[in-house]
Amino acid sequence: MPSPAVDPVPVPSSTLSGPRKAPTGITGLDEVTGGGLPRGRSTLVCGPAGCGKTLLAMEFLVRGASEYDEPGVFLAFEESVEDLVVNVASLGFDVAQLEADGRMILDHVGVADAELEEAGEWDLDGLLLRLGASIDAIGAKRVVIDTVETLFGAFSDVVALRAELRRLFAWLKDRGVTAVITGERGGGTLTRHGIEEYVSDCVIVLDQRVDDQTSTRRLRILKYRGSVHGTNEYPFLIGKDGLSVLPITSLRLDHRASATRVTSGVPRLDAMLDGGFFAGSTILVNGTPGTGKSTLAAQFCEATCQRGERSMYFAFEESQAQIVRNMASVGIDLQRWVDEGLLAFRCFRPTLLGLEAHLLSMQTSIAEFDPTVVVLDPISDLLRIGSGADVFAMLTRQVDYLKAHGITAMFTSLNSDSAPGQADRQIASLVDTWLLVRTMEGNGEYNRVLAVLKSRGMAHSNQIREFLLTSHGIELADVYVGPQGVLTGSARQAQEAQERAKGEARLEELEQRRTNLERRREAVETQTAALWRDFDQESAAVERLLSHGSTGTEDLAGQRAEQGRLRGVDSDRDAR
Amino acid sequence: MTDDAAPQEIWHLRLYIAGRSAKSLRAQANLRALCEEHLAGRHEIEVIDLEQHPSLARSDDIVAIPTLVRRLPEPLRRIIGDLSNTERVLVGLRVEEAAQ
Repeated sequence: MPSPAVDPVPVPSSTLSGPRKAPTGITGLDEVTGGGLPRGRSTLVCGPAGCGKTLLAMEFLVRGASEYDEPGVFLAFEESVEDLVVNVASLGFDVAQLEADGRMILDHVGVADAELEEAGEWDLDGLLLRLGASIDAIGAKRVVIDTVETLFGAFSDVVALRAELRRLFAWLKDRGVTAVITGERGGGTLTRHGIEEYVSDCVIVLDQRVDDQTSTRRLRILKYRGSVHGTNEYPFLIGKDGLSVLPITSLRLDHRASATRVTSGVPRLDAMLDGGFFAGSTILVNGTPGTGKSTLAAQFCEATCQRGERSMYFAFEESQAQIVRNMASVGIDLQRWVDEGLLAFRCFRPTLLGLEAHLLSMQTSIAEFDPTVVVLDPISDLLRIGSGADVFAMLTRQVDYLKAHGITAMFTSLNSDSAPGQADRQIASLVDTWLLVRTMEGNGEYNRVLAVLKSRGMAHSNQIREFLLTSHGIELADVYVGPQGVLTGSARQAQEAQERAKGEARLEELEQRRTNLERRREAVETQTAALWRDFDQESAAVERLLSHGSTGTEDLAGQRAEQGRLRGVDSDRDAR
Repeated sequence: MTDDAAPQEIWHLRLYIAGRSAKSLRAQANLRALCEEHLAGRHEIEVIDLEQHPSLARSDDIVAIPTLVRRLPEPLRRIIGDLSNTERVLVGLRVEEAAQ
C-alpha cells in the first residue's frame, strides 16, 4: 500500500502555490478542476433534484476507496443505506463489498424520520462524534454529507442549527478530510438554506435542462479558491460506469501528429493525397445524396480490415444488414470482416439519445472495441437532435477524443445542394482532410465527381476526378477538361473513344510508315546488290587487265626499242 | 393518548451526552429532577457518554446532544436539548397523560 502522505496521482497544476488536490477519478472532472477537489477542504455540490448530486458524491467516495487508497464515509440524510447500495449498483459500484472490506462506511442519519422535541439547548456533537468514530474506524480520508440541509427540516431552532453547521464544517477541516457536501438548489440561492455560506473553497453547480425534448445534465465549477479551473458549463452523463464530464473544448491541443499514412482503400485517391490519409487524422466526406459517401467509408473500413486492423462503423441512417447488402453490390464484402471480428457496426437513430449520451455511447463503444478507424455516417443526422452549436461542440469533443486515441476517423455529411452547408463549413475547420463528392450534370446525365477541398499537411491534387461505383468498389477515373468544362460520364467515354480512335489511326500510320521503310530497305538492298554486282564485274575486269598489263608494259618497252632499232634512231648503246 | 402505557409501568429513559459539557451536565440534572417529580419510583435512567462510546451514536442514530430517548413504554420518543424546558420535555415524553 502506498504511503498515505504521497499523492497517488501527480497534480498537474503548480503544487507550490495552489491547494493540494484529491483526484475524484470521475472521467473529465479532474480535467476541468485541474486535478481534483481541494484536499482537506469541503466542496459544495449543489443543483436541483435528480441532477446527479448524490451519484457524483458517491463516485468520489467509491473511486477514492478503490483507486486512490482513500477510504470514505458517506453520511446519508435522505436515502437509506439499502436504497443507496441498490441505486449505485447500477453504475457498477459494489459499495457493499467496499463496506465489507472496511474501505467505506455508509451511515444513514434518520433525522427526517424521527419526530424531535426540542427542550432546551443542544448541539451537533452527536453527529460529530458519530462521524468521527466512522472516520477513525476505517482511516477515512474522504467524507460525503448528503444532504445536510435535511437537518433544517428536523430542527426548529434554525439559529442554533446554523451555528452548529458552521462548527461542523470547521470540524471537517480540522480533521483534514476531503469532503463533498451536497445541497439542493433553492429559488434565488445556490442552496435552499444557504449552505454555500459555510463552504467557501469549491462550489460545483449541477443542472439539468431540457432542450428540444432532450435532457442534458451540465456541470459548472462556480468557484475554486486558489486554483485555475474550467469556467464553462460542461455537459455530463450518468453512464453505466459512473459519471462522465465532457469538457466542451479540450484544455490543450496536444494530440500526437503521426506522419504514417493509411490507405483510403482507393489507390487513385491515395495518389491524390500524396499517399493516403494521415493516421489519426479526421476526414470529412461531404456530398449530395447518392454520391457514394457511405461507399467511400465502407471501402475505407475494408482497407483497414485487410491490414488486420479493426474498424468501427457508426450508422445513423441504415441498419447493419442494409449496409452490408448495399456494399456487397459494389463488391465490398463487409460481412466477412464482421465475421472475423475486425469490423463492428453500431446502428441507431440519432433521435434515440441526446447528443451527450450519443457522444458517451460512441466513446464507450470505441473504448471497448479499440478500432484504428472509425466512421460516422452521417454526422448531418446529428443536427436533427441539437442546434448547430451543440452539434459542433459535440463533434469537437469527438474529434478530440479520437485524435487523443490516434484513431483515424471518417465523417460523412449530407448536404442537399451542391455547395457545402453552413454546418459543414464549421465542421470542416475541425477536420484534416475534406473530400467533396457531388454530381455534375451534363450531356443529360448526372455523374459523380470527387475533389480534395483541403488536406492539412500534405501535397494534394487539385484535380477533380470522376468517381465510379463499379462491381469491385470505387474507382477514380480521369476527367477530361474540354471547352465545356470537365467531361464526365458518357462525354468522358466519348472523349476516351475519340482518343482511342486517334491512337489507332496513328498506329496505322506508323505501321504504314514501317512498311514503306521496309520496302525502301528492300529497294536499297536491291540497288546495293546491283551496285555490288557492277563493282564486282568491274573489279574482275580490272584484275584481268592488271594481270595482262604486266606483260603489256614489257611489250611496250620492247616495242619502243625495237621501233628505235628499226627506225635506226637509237644506237645499240642506246638500246642497251 | 391510547398508545401510552399504564401508570404502573416502569419507564426506561436513556440520555445520550458528550463528556462533561455544560449542556450534558444540565441535561442530567434536569432529567433527574423531572423524573423525581413526575415519575417517582417508576423510572430507570441510563446515561450514555458518546465520548466514551462513540460507536453507539451510529447504532442508536444520534445526531444532537443531549438526546433523551424514551425506550419504554413504546413507542420510542426522542427529545433533544438540555431539558431546561420542562414543559416541552413532559409533552415530548407524554408524561402528563401517563401520570393522570
